[in-house]
Amino acid sequence: MRHDKGKTRRTTVSRRDVLKSAAAGAVVLGTSPFSFNIARAAGDPIKIGFPVPLTGPYGSEAKEQARCAQMAVDEFNAAGGMNGRMAELLVRDDKLKSGEAAKRAQELIENDGVHFVSGSLSASVQLAVNTICKDRGIPYVSISQSDAINEEKHFSKYTFHEAMNPHMTAGAVGRYVFPRENKRVAFLIADYAYGHEMARGFKRAGEEFGIEVVAEVKHPLATKDYSTFLPRIQAAKPDVLCLCNFGYDQMNSLKQATNFGMKERMRMVAPALLYNQRRAGGADAYSGVVGGTNFYWGIEDTVPTAKAFNDAYRKLNDGSPPSDYGAYGYAGVGGLLKAVSAAGTTDADAVVAALENLKYDLYKGQQYYRQCDHQSVQPVYIIESKDAGDQADEYDVFNVVYEETADEKMLRTCGELGHG
Amino acid sequence: MSGITPDLLALQLFTGLALGSVFVLLAVGLSLIFGLLTVVNFAHGAFYMVGAYVGVFLLGLTGNFWISLVFAPILVGTLGLAVERFLVRPLYGRGIDYPLLLTFGLGLVLVELVRILYGLEGVPFDTPPLLRGAVDIGIGYFPLYRLFLIAVTALLVLALWLFIERTSYGLIIRAGARDPEIVRVLGVDISRVWLIVFAIGTGVAGLAGILSAPMRSVIPDMGSTVLVEAFVVTVVGGMGSLIGAVVAGLLVGVVVAFTSLFWPDFSDLSMFVLMAAVLLIRPQGLFGQKGLMG
Amino acid sequence: MNKPMDNVAEVQISGRRLAGLVRLIAEHRVAAVIIFLMVFPFLAPYKALAIDVLIYGLFALGFNMVFGYLGVLSFGHAAFFGAGAYATGIAMVHFGVPWMPAIFVGVLMSGLTAAIMGAMAIRTRGIYFAMVTLALAQCVYYIIYHMEEYSGGEDGLTGVSVRTVDFGIATVDMMQDPMGKYYIMLAFTAVAIFLFSRILNSPFGAVLEAIRENENRARACGYNVLLTKWVTFVLSGLFCGLAGALSAIHLSVVPIEYLHYHQSGLAVMMALLGGMGTFFGPFIGAMAFLMLEDAITLMTTHWQLFLGAIFMIFVLFFPRGIWGSFLHWISR
Repeated sequence: MRHDKGKTRRTTVSRRDVLKSAAAGAVVLGTSPFSFNIARAAGDPIKIGFPVPLTGPYGSEAKEQARCAQMAVDEFNAAGGMNGRMAELLVRDDKLKSGEAAKRAQELIENDGVHFVSGSLSASVQLAVNTICKDRGIPYVSISQSDAINEEKHFSKYTFHEAMNPHMTAGAVGRYVFPRENKRVAFLIADYAYGHEMARGFKRAGEEFGIEVVAEVKHPLATKDYSTFLPRIQAAKPDVLCLCNFGYDQMNSLKQATNFGMKERMRMVAPALLYNQRRAGGADAYSGVVGGTNFYWGIEDTVPTAKAFNDAYRKLNDGSPPSDYGAYGYAGVGGLLKAVSAAGTTDADAVVAALENLKYDLYKGQQYYRQCDHQSVQPVYIIESKDAGDQADEYDVFNVVYEETADEKMLRTCGELGHG
Repeated sequence: MSGITPDLLALQLFTGLALGSVFVLLAVGLSLIFGLLTVVNFAHGAFYMVGAYVGVFLLGLTGNFWISLVFAPILVGTLGLAVERFLVRPLYGRGIDYPLLLTFGLGLVLVELVRILYGLEGVPFDTPPLLRGAVDIGIGYFPLYRLFLIAVTALLVLALWLFIERTSYGLIIRAGARDPEIVRVLGVDISRVWLIVFAIGTGVAGLAGILSAPMRSVIPDMGSTVLVEAFVVTVVGGMGSLIGAVVAGLLVGVVVAFTSLFWPDFSDLSMFVLMAAVLLIRPQGLFGQKGLMG
Repeated sequence: MNKPMDNVAEVQISGRRLAGLVRLIAEHRVAAVIIFLMVFPFLAPYKALAIDVLIYGLFALGFNMVFGYLGVLSFGHAAFFGAGAYATGIAMVHFGVPWMPAIFVGVLMSGLTAAIMGAMAIRTRGIYFAMVTLALAQCVYYIIYHMEEYSGGEDGLTGVSVRTVDFGIATVDMMQDPMGKYYIMLAFTAVAIFLFSRILNSPFGAVLEAIRENENRARACGYNVLLTKWVTFVLSGLFCGLAGALSAIHLSVVPIEYLHYHQSGLAVMMALLGGMGTFFGPFIGAMAFLMLEDAITLMTTHWQLFLGAIFMIFVLFFPRGIWGSFLHWISR
């Protein structure tokens, strides 16, 4: 089956190349006038499809992803591309729906002839895009968090996961928080894969420190009112409350837990603490909350590549710093283009091999893709949300309290994921 | 299940009633418009959202939560006036589907306009300082703000009830809902009555919006689930019945509270099961008049 | 509700050539749709969208059986689309059923879902019918959501991949040949449209019309109104289930949002946009909706603004929908 597929693929690529080269040259010509001669000489640009939820509740994060991915493409092109061959980013709106994303991914592959796909901002959407891409032999670099995509069931040699997974994020946060607090721990878990994955990460980290789980309360995804879940947690009198939910669920549950006066009685911990969400939710709800992130602009004091990334972004965006999900977009596409340069071709298998051997430091320190599951091994930053009074300006929302350095020990073992 | 104490059960019941009063607040505007105009306002959630954003705007302008609380519903009600006059009025007498579909489209437009004006990621809205924190109510801690909400909802329902049942204007409204033709024959300008009812209904939706802002995130999508919740409460209570909306709201709140405690996976399904059960046994809802919506 | 405008009798004979053409199309409506759909992929911006038009056209067609022909508004049709998609996907992924029988399983399951929902809901009327169907569809949503082992829960069902379809004389590579995939999908759609048309032209279709026109009179004439309504609901579910089943194969994934009430809303919008109660309307509505959405999405992220505005304009000024308004204009 697989053998067969490889054969058909090669033929379509060549047909596509012939059909598209003229039109594609024209596109590059239209978008960047400076590459006129080079583009004509090299023909077909390197096309990267980028489905992200531009509309829908996480639209601002998605726009950040697209903006930073475009930055990576522009930098690649400014540096001369791959032997003069330019890259092009094709952004599509997946509306945060996996059906729409699957359709868009098909459009990008069949119509636009993209060589690679990156993007997405939801566990379910990335799994849908991954299905479309791996069936068609198109390398896909996911920049959305998920444990499932590492597992053998969803994995293929074309699947790469640039974002952190909830296991490593929750684990790192747990390893920071549990030794510093008392041992009674409660969980508020969004009842879907991502929520359970975070809870698992916390518990695994907690075993080491002998935590006692005193309450485990599940809530349906996208719950608006948490009041009915909170009394149970209060009654259990925990020292630490782990919020295993994401985005607006996290914001709503934090807002309401703050109203319930729970912050005075326990330490609030949230694995994926988002920069945009914190700014939209306000200092009150978030102050004192500890969480994890792939990137916060404040790490620029110690990480040189972060400084460079921030400065480049600030120059383009009136001095405002980039966000965590923006950084994923930058790294996902940037890493892919590095691999393309190393491979010297857009051939899928060659680029997959190059990605597997890639060592890169684009914005946060050294990273690489683990062989068995193509998970990006990377540092995790632990941050604490500031009080309104401690903020120097509107962007100054977190303190970086700890860095857990890149290490495969953070991840579940290859055997556990089903990779033989 | 471990850890279930009498205190927890009592607190859970109280939480359910408090949540129920939020549901009442969300549903009352929808119920009013439906009961008196037989218009199913699908833009209800959007008006709710607009209420929260108008609140944000006024808060930024005045810095005072209480002024915003008074003026946000008035501004949303004014928007409701315009919507009734220019968009809904041409559709009276064309069946129940058309106003429903029109307001559905209107909801999309309103949400998108707010996205354009205020962006996608939402805006902060803190609890007013006076109402911050939790108080010990004997069985556990409970947010002061939610106690305040219960009081506001009670006052609102009382005011609406007095208005509809005890004023001469209310008399016309009730008569108009029964038989608009007769009212018209008697020389009453029924369209003006409908205009005002629509404005009140949307204004109450706006009030619910600004009151929810300190508890829930203020984002353009905030109204999407509210519409469904308000519908469930309205349908369970009986469309157009004020007392029905109150009873159903509290009932739904308590049901959700106890499924959250014992069967959390299904806490958001429980209200639909309740609705299906009520409708199958008593199709007009708990307090609905039979034949109102044949 | 509107009358079915494209019934031959409805189109008044006028001297206009256009009216004659419409009459010709109306007389051979199945052939007309199929011929058009055979050419359609050459007009669509990309093939995956063309396939979506087939699927959603079928979905709107099935929905319209209840909305346009029976005259009641259902908010529960997402359950049928979703049940069809999930049953097909689960049969393929977890039980190794080949794709063609799996489609059959999907259609059957959505028919079963419709039979159960219909039996419970059919006695209620008006807005209550809409609400009961909504509530029951939500129940289906949660049941499938919590069958995580089979359905994938929030992550959706992945891996519903049909790689090749072998006809003996020719093989279609479903992954690399979207055009071939389109025509396979069209074959299913064409059969469904043919059956749909036959049902409407049968004595059963006549009873359906009688009930919509005047339920009490139909009852007085001795027709079993409740049974007819229920059967119509189930038939409608079967068509929507086929749409769902085809969609599972088209996208290789079954997203949980297929069961969301937004999916039901989509059917309402498409039927209204095209013209409810007309034969061609739903298909035209689905086509207009999807192509418009696709085009606007590429231009602006504020597509909902345009969508909402177009919707309002149609309700206010063209309540007959695109096709209905066109027919009305022709037969003036």
